[in-house]
Parts: sequence; structure tokens; C-alpha cells
Amino acid sequence: MESLIGGLVAAPLLGAAVLLTGGRRLDRSGHWLGTALAGLSFVFAAVLFFDMLGKDAEERTLTSHLFSWVPVEGFQADVAFQLDQLSMTFVLLVTSVGSLIHLYSVGYMAHDERRRRFFGYLNLFMGAMLLLVLADNYLLLYVGWEGVGLASFLLIGFWQHKPSAATAAKKAFIVNRVGDVGLAIAIFLMFTTFGSFAFSAVLDEQVAAGAGQATLTGIGLMLLLAACGKSAQVPLQSWLGDAMEGPTPVSALIHAATMVTAGVYLVVRSADIFNLTPDAQLVVTIVGAASLLFGAFVACAKDDIKKSLAGSTMSQIGYMMLAAGLGPIGYVFAIMHLVTHGFFKAGLFLGAGSVMHAMNDEVDMRRYGALRRHMPVTFVTFGLAYLAIIGFPGLSGFFSKDEIIYAAFAKGGTQGWILGGVTLLGAALTAYYMTRMMLLTFFGEKRWQPDAAGREPHPHEAPRVMTIPMIVLAVGSVGAGAYFSLGERFAHWLEPVTGLGHEEAPLSHGMVSLAATAVMLIGVAGAWAQYGRRPVPLVAPAGRWVTRAARRDLLQDDFNHAVLVRPGNYLTRGLVYVDHKLVDGVVNGTAAAFGGLSGRLRRVQNGFARSYAVSMFGGAAVLVAATLLMRAV
Amino acid sequence: MSPENYLYLSALLFTIGACGVLIRRNAIVVFMCIELMLNAANLALVAFSRMHGNLDGQIAAFFVMVVAAAEVVVGLAIIVMLYRSRHSASVDDASLMKL
Repeated sequence: MESLIGGLVAAPLLGAAVLLTGGRRLDRSGHWLGTALAGLSFVFAAVLFFDMLGKDAEERTLTSHLFSWVPVEGFQADVAFQLDQLSMTFVLLVTSVGSLIHLYSVGYMAHDERRRRFFGYLNLFMGAMLLLVLADNYLLLYVGWEGVGLASFLLIGFWQHKPSAATAAKKAFIVNRVGDVGLAIAIFLMFTTFGSFAFSAVLDEQVAAGAGQATLTGIGLMLLLAACGKSAQVPLQSWLGDAMEGPTPVSALIHAATMVTAGVYLVVRSADIFNLTPDAQLVVTIVGAASLLFGAFVACAKDDIKKSLAGSTMSQIGYMMLAAGLGPIGYVFAIMHLVTHGFFKAGLFLGAGSVMHAMNDEVDMRRYGALRRHMPVTFVTFGLAYLAIIGFPGLSGFFSKDEIIYAAFAKGGTQGWILGGVTLLGAALTAYYMTRMMLLTFFGEKRWQPDAAGREPHPHEAPRVMTIPMIVLAVGSVGAGAYFSLGERFAHWLEPVTGLGHEEAPLSHGMVSLAATAVMLIGVAGAWAQYGRRPVPLVAPAGRWVTRAARRDLLQDDFNHAVLVRPGNYLTRGLVYVDHKLVDGVVNGTAAAFGGLSGRLRRVQNGFARSYAVSMFGGAAVLVAATLLMRAV
Repeated sequence: MSPENYLYLSALLFTIGACGVLIRRNAIVVFMCIELMLNAANLALVAFSRMHGNLDGQIAAFFVMVVAAAEVVVGLAIIVMLYRSRHSASVDDASLMKL
């Protein structure tokens, strides 16, 4: 069984190697090879999962030591895997959603001449992501962390002939780099404090308690910084919206379901550290709450369907982050929401991709309308995922989100009320922006416009290879929540890894569900009043300052520009000036001085025999004079 | 007549020769001035020989004469070649080594 873990990671990495080095002869079969290897990885995962189910809860952790990577005295870096319930959850999510999206991409990228390369990158991403969640130490996790960052960069910029895509890829890479520095520092701190970065050595309540409070808080905050970069949380959120420049399957797989949740994984995995440092936990909840509202506001204002979904992703990950910051009462529900979100958000993105496919790659929702009759499968699957994300009673989002809202109230005191209020407000906003998206896309009047080349859109249902993944994900969106919540199945599954805390909230579960449903209905009604009853203008009205700010991503880019980019530019310009004037000045000045001096000296050699004779006679005269002078003295 | 007067004459001739070398441009004249300086030195050597009462100075004078004769042969040949190629015997024209 242990050796299967290696195979799990190796299958997609092998696919990436073959597809990226195989050349043109794989152009016609490469996409099926990539999909098959992703599917193989899923089969391995399923085998391991059923094997794990057969064991007792406490004995489910599998470890697999591959080889010693850097065996140095006092510094042991191993390539070793650890498969416990938390990793298993991620492995199943990554391989199942990943395989479905591979399948979908076969249809979506059918007309792209670089499809083979696309599948190579997708496989690379899956391998790196599995490495990330299976690593048994932070250094190997870092390798996977960088690997998914690389794959994300390559896939966002997949259409690099578009300057906007190339820029977006660079932006994502650079913003992620800030977070990666945090992870690196956290690993350094662990090594200096504990002498190791293996999970088994660091993640132990007693070992961690041996370190100082300040050190633990430092490690926690650095891990959080890393999580913010990868998961697009405030203040490193700015890359996610632009990342939508990539092909839509990429947005579904990497920027909705899996990679962006790596930050949540990191925080939950490091639970033993965060449990001991309330300060860092508080910062995690604040970051989560801020991102939750930030993303929701942005999603409400965007007309670009993918950017609106990106805002929604950020907001939903804010929920997870907030739950992860609540400690043992929240970890389980953070992961549960992560899984259900993986299903319905991937489904939403695939639906959006299907719509774009039908509408000549138009992304402006104001130019959709009335698509439900033309694309029934997309409409139904998108609609089910929509009901799941807004928390319609009985569907996935309802269960996972209500648990987070309840846990937020259970935090207790003023903080509990504030966090609970924020999560409820977020639920209302979620309902609003998702209903808006639904109404603009599938209901109302046709507002179709010819594209830049003058072609009228002729919407049609996507091919079967694209609709099947959407249907499967829709089933997951509907059923996963209820399945997980029945008898607290998911909580008991994860409990051995993350622990499970019970706190009494000032509101009962029933009241929380009632309140969540009520605010959801308010959000739906608000969107209906604005976009369902009235005709939708083709060009967005100017709006108030709040709307305008939200359309500009709440001025995140302006902020980054003013605070980071411009001072950075001035600094580099200043340094270049100093370099040119001072450093180059000294060097060039020295050279010029010697050059000038030798120029003067050269004049002495004028080629006139008589002037040489003068110097000879002069020299002789000086010698004679000196001799006489010495005699006289 | 004291031998010192010969020394004064020698110094005078040497100075005239040196000034000629420095001032004149014609290679032949410069050449003759160099001969003048050599012979001024010969005169001094012979005068010293007389003053000290031995033959060392005179022997040295013979050496100088031999060297001067050889020098005349080579020097005149160079000057003739120079004149042929450049149609001038001015020492200032032969300044090709200058940049």
C-alpha cells in the first residue's frame, strides 16, 4: 500500500515529462495520455482510500520513505510521504476534480494547437499539488508549493501571445513570491527552533509548547503570509482576478478548487502550532473575515463572469480561513467547506467555460441573457452549483457554510458576534452576486452581441466530453454536504488529525440555519429586484462610488501601485542614478585621469631628434652638476 | 704656456659643438658639430695626458678617433640615404616616430 503513494505522485509527473518532452508526435494522442494518467492517479487514490477505511481511526496514517534528499549531520531532508485523513481528503479532491477537468479540457481545448503542452502543464500541476499535500515535512511541501506556483504561472500565461495573459501570469508569480518568502522564513524558524522541519517533529503539542510564545507567533504569522499568497487572501489577493486570463479549465482546477486552497491546508496542517498562539489565530480569522467581505464586494460589481467567480472564490476561501483561525472548533469545517467548494466552484467555472465556448469567448455577462433554453445541461448543472454555493437548504453549501457560521458565533464574546455577523453578511452577498450572475446569464432577454470579428453568437450545448464532468460535479455539489454532515461523518473522519472542539454558541444550530437562510433569501431578492424585474442595460451604469470602487477591485491595484510599485520604481531609479553618477563616475573618472595624464606624457615623445638631444645634454649637465656639488660638499 | 688653456679651448669647442647639435637643422652640420665635440674631448684627453705625464689620455684619444671614423662612415651613409629618399637633409623632417 505504501508504494502506491509514490505512484500517486509519479503518475501525473510522468505524464508531464512525457508530454512536455515528447514533441509533435504526441499532438494527436497527448491529451488522452494526460487524462488517463490523471485518472490512474485517481484510481490509486481510491484504492488507498478504501484501504484506509478498513482500518481503525487511529491507525490510518501511512508513511512512505522514498529516499534521503539531503542527509547531512543535523539536517535531515527526506523525500517521504505521509498519508493521513487530511491528506487523503485533499488527494481525493485533487485527483477526482483534476481528472474531471482533464476530461473537460479535451473538449474545451480541442481547437488549440498547443493542447498537448496544456495537458503537460495540467499534469505537472496535479503532480506538484499531490506532492504538496502528501509531503511529510515542510521542505518537501515547499517543493510542491513552488511546483504548483510554477504550473499556475505557466497556465495563466498559456495564451502568452495576449499581453494581458502574459502580464497576469507575471503578476500571479510575483505576488505569490511574497507569500513564498513567508513560507521559507517559517521553515527557517522551525529549523532553528526545533532543529527539524518534519511534521512528526514539529507538529506535536509538547514539542511546540517548548518554544517561546513569540517564536510560535512568528512561525504562525509567516505561515499565514504564505497562505495569503497562495490562497489570494488580503493583503496578497490582487493576482486572482487577473489570473482569469488563463483558459477556463485552469481557473476551475487551479484557481477555484485546488491550488488556492493550499493556504487553508497549510494552516490546518500546522494546527498544532496555531493552537498554541492565539495572536496568530486571531490574525488568521481577521484575514479570513476581511477576504470574505472583500471578495464578495468585488464579485457583486464585476460584469466579467470569470472575474466575478474569482471574487467569489476569494470570498469562499475567506470563509475557510476564518474557520481555520477559530481553532479546533473550525478546522474540520474549513476542510469540509473546502471540499464542497471544490465541487460547486469547479462546476460553476466549467459552466462559465461552457457558456463562453458557446458565446464566442464573450465574458461580459451583460451580453448573455436567455441562455437557459439554448444550453439546458449547462443551465441545470450551473443552477445546481449555484444553489449549493448560496447555501440553499439541503445542498452542499448549506451544510458546510452553516457550520462555519455556527463556529464563528461559538468563538464567544464580542469577537464571536462580529465574526458571526461578518459570515452572515457574506452569505447575503454570496446569494446576491450569484443570483445576479444566474439572472444575467440564463434569464431575461437576449443581449447577444457580435464579437470583434463580427460573428453573431450561436449558442449551443457543449459536447458530451464537457458536459459529463459538469454533471458529475453538479451531483457532488448537491450531495456532498448532506453526505458529510450525516452523523457528523466528516468531522469524525478528520478528528484524529485536526482534533474537534465543541463550543456552545449563543445561538442554536437551528437559529443559525434559519438566519443564514433568511439572509440568503434577502440576497436573492435584492438581486431579483435589480436584475430580474427590470431590463438589464448593455453597458453598466456609472453607479455610485462604492460600485465603481468594487469594479476596480476595491482599488487593490491602485493601492499596490501607490504603496509598493511607485516607491519601488523611485528606489530603483535612485539606485540607477547613484550607480551612473557615483560608481560609474569614480571608475570612469580614474580611467579618464590616467588617460589624460598619459596623453600629456606622450607629447614628450615628439619624434624630433634635437629635442631628445636636449634632454640628453640636460641630463648630462645635471649629472655633472650633481657630481661637482657632491665634491664641494 | 700652461696646459689649462688647452682645457679652456676644449670646453669652448665642446660648447660650440653642443650648441650646433641643438640649434642647427641640417644633418651635415649637426654631424660636423658632433665631430667638433668629439675632437674637443680628444683635445682635453691629450691635455690631461700631458699634465699627468703618462700616455693613458693619448691612447684614449686614439680610440675616440677610430670610433669617430667608423661613425662618420655609418653616419654619412645614413644621411645620404635620407637625402635620397626625402630630398632634404633636415633632421626635423625625419620625425616619423612621432604619433
